Amino acid sequence: MADVNRGNRPLSPHLTIYRPQWTSMTSIFVRITGNALIVATLLIVWWFAAAAAGPEAFATANGVITSWFGDLVLFLSVGALWYHMLGGLRHLVWDAGYLLDVHKSEMMGQAMVIIAVLMTIFTAIVV
Amino acid sequence: MAYMTDRKRAVGNGAAKTGTEHHWQMIVTSCALAILVPFFVFTFGPALGGTYEEIIAYYSRPYPAIVAALTMLVGLIHFRGGVQTLIEDYVHGMARKVLIIGAICLSYGAAAVVLFAIVRLAL
Repeated sequence: MADVNRGNRPLSPHLTIYRPQWTSMTSIFVRITGNALIVATLLIVWWFAAAAAGPEAFATANGVITSWFGDLVLFLSVGALWYHMLGGLRHLVWDAGYLLDVHKSEMMGQAMVIIAVLMTIFTAIVV
Repeated sequence: MAYMTDRKRAVGNGAAKTGTEHHWQMIVTSCALAILVPFFVFTFGPALGGTYEEIIAYYSRPYPAIVAALTMLVGLIHFRGGVQTLIEDYVHGMARKVLIIGAICLSYGAAAVVLFAIVRLAL
C-alpha cells in the first residue's frame, strides 16, 4: 500500500466535460475581471504619479489614458469593476447562507450580468 | 521499495492552517471596496480629462484625495490576496513562489507610489 502509484492516476475531467453553467461561468469571469483590473489600476497609479511629478510627465500619462486606447481600457475596466463587485457581493450573500440552491444561484448569476451591463452603460454616460 | 507509510506521506499535506485570515481579509477588503469603489469612480471619472492645473486643484481637496488614496490602497491589498489565490491554483513549484513574491512586491510597490503621489498632490 505504501508504494502505490502517485501522480499518474486518471483524474476526473471537469472543465472540459461539463456543459457551461451560469454558476461556473460567472465565477470564472469574476476571477478574470478581478485580476484584469490590475491593468487599469497601474494606469491610474501612473497617472497620479505623473501628476505629482509635474506638467510634462502628466501630459504623457494623461495623453495615454485619454487616448482611444486608454478610453477602451477604462471602459472595459469599468465593466469589469461593476461585474467583479457584484460577484463579490454575491459571495457575501452566499457566505451569509442565503440563495444557495441551484435555481437561485443561477438567477443571481444572470442578474449580476444584466446589472453590470446596465451600470457600465450608466457610468459611461454619466462620467 | 518505499517504506514510507500512507499516514507519513499524508502528514503535513493537509490544511494550510492560515486560510482563515486570508479569506477574512478578502471579506473585509471587499466590504470596504463595495463602498469606496462607487465613490472613486464618480470622483476620479469626472476629473479625468481635465488640464494639469484643474487636476492639481481637484486633488488638493480632501474628499477626492482621501477617496482615491483609500480606494487604491484597499484595492491593491485586495488584489494582493486575490492574485495569490489565482497563482496558487494554476502555478506550481518554484515559479509559484517567484510569482507570489513578485505579485506582493507589485501590489505594495504600486500602493506606495500612488499614496506618495496623492499626498504630494493634496499638500
